[in-house]
Amino acid sequence: MSLVLATLGIGVLLASALAAVAVGRREILALRLGTAGAVAGSVLGGAAAVEQLLRGGATLARAPWRLPLGTVTVGLDPLSAFFLLCIAVVGGLAAVYGAGYLRGYAGQRRLGPAAAFYNLLVAAMIGVVLARDGVLFLLAWEVMTVASFFLVTFEDDRESVRRAGLTYLIASQLGVIALFVLFALLRAHAGSFAFAGLLAAGAPGGGLADVAFLLALVGFGTKAGFWPVHVWLPDAHPAAPSHVSALMSGVMIKMGIYGLLRTLTFLGAPPLWWGATLVGIGIVSGVIGVLYALAQHDLKRLLAYHSVENIGIIALGLGVGLLGQSRGEATVAFLGYAGALLHVLNHGLFKGLLFEGAGSVLHATGERAIDRLGGLGRSMPVTALTFLAGAVAISGLPPFNGFVSEWLIFVGAFRGGAFLGGGAGVAALAVIPALALIGGLAVACFVKVYGVVFLGVARSDAAASAHEAGAAMRWPMVAGAALCLAIGVLPATFVGLAAPAALQAAALAAEPLGVLGALPAITRVALILLAAAAALALLRAALLRRAAVRVAPTWGCGYPAATPRMQYTAASFAEPVLAPFASLLHTTVVDERPAGYFPRTARHEEHVGDMAGERLLVPAVRRVLDAAGRLRVLQAGRIQLYLAYVLATLLVLLVWQVAAVAP
Amino acid sequence: MTAFADGLLLLVLVTDLYILASSRLAACVRATAVQGVLLAALPLVLWGPGGGVPLVHLLLMSAGALAVKAGVIPALLLRAAREANARREVEPYVSLHLSVLLGAALVGLSLWLARVLVPPGDVAATLLVPAAFATALLGFLMLVARKYAVTQVVGYLMLDNGVFIFGQSLAGSLPVMVELGILLDLLVAVFVMGIAIHHISREFDHIDTRALASLRD
Repeated sequence: MSLVLATLGIGVLLASALAAVAVGRREILALRLGTAGAVAGSVLGGAAAVEQLLRGGATLARAPWRLPLGTVTVGLDPLSAFFLLCIAVVGGLAAVYGAGYLRGYAGQRRLGPAAAFYNLLVAAMIGVVLARDGVLFLLAWEVMTVASFFLVTFEDDRESVRRAGLTYLIASQLGVIALFVLFALLRAHAGSFAFAGLLAAGAPGGGLADVAFLLALVGFGTKAGFWPVHVWLPDAHPAAPSHVSALMSGVMIKMGIYGLLRTLTFLGAPPLWWGATLVGIGIVSGVIGVLYALAQHDLKRLLAYHSVENIGIIALGLGVGLLGQSRGEATVAFLGYAGALLHVLNHGLFKGLLFEGAGSVLHATGERAIDRLGGLGRSMPVTALTFLAGAVAISGLPPFNGFVSEWLIFVGAFRGGAFLGGGAGVAALAVIPALALIGGLAVACFVKVYGVVFLGVARSDAAASAHEAGAAMRWPMVAGAALCLAIGVLPATFVGLAAPAALQAAALAAEPLGVLGALPAITRVALILLAAAAALALLRAALLRRAAVRVAPTWGCGYPAATPRMQYTAASFAEPVLAPFASLLHTTVVDERPAGYFPRTARHEEHVGDMAGERLLVPAVRRVLDAAGRLRVLQAGRIQLYLAYVLATLLVLLVWQVAAVAP
Repeated sequence: MTAFADGLLLLVLVTDLYILASSRLAACVRATAVQGVLLAALPLVLWGPGGGVPLVHLLLMSAGALAVKAGVIPALLLRAAREANARREVEPYVSLHLSVLLGAALVGLSLWLARVLVPPGDVAATLLVPAAFATALLGFLMLVARKYAVTQVVGYLMLDNGVFIFGQSLAGSLPVMVELGILLDLLVAVFVMGIAIHHISREFDHIDTRALASLRD
């Protein structure tokens, strides 16, 4: 039943994508058709996922036609179903938002293909989680990459967008090479591309499992955005339209996590160093991600770096899970995987919400630079309030959802430190300060964003003339914020949805006892916090009703010519937080200080480049290009030389083959 | 008839080496024409009347080869060379002496290859397969060793002549339409090359293909 619903969802998505292209130049109609299809497909997919998760077990179906090398086998098990739920929720909400967001582009750009590629992307992601055959999986994976590439390059008349799209495509294809090798190795081991065959063949031995793990880490890590292969992410997310950023950052990069988890199920019991490696990746990605986010001046780029940070948190959860699994500690393994999986859903929700909020700001002001905004809280109350909810959630604070998943990882790490012993215990304990540091820096970052963008007064004319987003854009944000709050207030219900998938990932039969007993306490704390917030809001309203309110400029220390640009800026807020980490950032500063008694000009610019890109990947790529350049002597450009190659090859082959049969 | 056929094939080999050794474009093209005449005679000599192949078939093939290989193409090439005002191949990639030496080595290789690669069917001439290989390989060598577009086309023509000779071993079983089709293909290819030569010479004032080296990335 659930599988039928899910495949029906793919069918609806593909059909509506075709319809959106077919109606041609009637842009608004195409957008409506695409959105309707995306919502219907998401509802079907979500229903399938919930039904499967509640019923438990796994379903499998095989289509009678064949693929080259593979079969069309699809299935749903708890792991797939949980990711399908994430796709459906975020995909559906972002589609509705996109209908409002893209409307502004009508007449300037083709909306039909944009809507079609969106639906194709959602369909491909559902295909990725449903696929039960390596070939089908890679096929869906590639469709996902190509569809998202065309979505990223929606505004393809801008140089920066084309560049970002190209970076994304190249990074994805480099990652896919690792996946091709991975599946080829697994097939060589199991004799089949079918997942059932891979599972039945048992754990590959003789170092093959280690190689496969590393290949999966590179291949799926590139899509997920692990440091240092995240370099495409901070370029691609800001370049894409905001609802696409929400979908890509919210769920598409999680397909990398899904692929990693799925591969781990084929590889048998993990050795200790796998978990330690993931913990290391998680710490580096998380800390570096949030530090770079803090240093950004572009709202969407900042959010993109937060995706690197949150992928780091998910990697920490997976690392704890693997550590527990390697030592046979069911509780630790379950907590780690459950935390990671719930964070997948949580990050999808609040990052989708935050990108939608950033999109509304962009839509209203045309401005992405944080230091040119300000005071939007008054003109865009719904966006401001929902963005605040997302900011609290992403910072991992109760009563929102980010707290729940990070809490699970924390508990797993504490238990790991207490019970695992040895190297595994040390690795698990390393998670705790890292996660705390990440959380603290995330709070600082979102205080900066929210304070500068939504509070104070407008720093530019564009910000001053901002207006609230339309209903199609407002409601998905409200729904996203409500879901974030719901998970934060009722964690037991939603951890229950993630639990079957976590059990499957940890290869456990039943939930360890007494692990989730503390969840009702989170509910109580959340309710107390909400009640306190409500009480404070009421108190404020009551106090303000009696007092006379006067709007006036802040006291400027007697300086008479103050302008809104002289408010506290985002860069100056972040500076003291970033100072201790200056060596990790790659900041270029242009400083032109005022000179003399009557200075005419002064200038200060700061740009934070990506260290992984500039210090690690660009030199590596350059070295490969240099080596390849040496081969270029072969390609002299003279047709005679090429013919000589052909002649030489022909003669060698002739002589070789004839000599073999010569009497 | 065998001795006569072998004598013809020996003459083909001589023309091959002559083309490889001469630097004058006109001499190259004329030698090609001579080779065309020899090839046109080959089917008749090899299969003769009563050799198991219909006479009409043989005559058609012979006439086609004569018209295309000895008539139209050499005429076209001579005109192209005259229009491009090119008389001699100067400084080829591989010097003329070395070309001849390499050519002789390739003829030797062909003789060795023919010992192993025996064609199906009963072929009378012992030199048929070595001559076919040698002509094709020497044509290829011309393509590699020379710079001028006219000599390139001559090399291409020799390559095709090698294929034509090899095809004679199958004359009985190959439909005449296929043979004629190959001739037509050749003619069209040379036409295209002739036009290309014309454009090259008009664009660059010479027909040295080195000027095309900037086509790489």
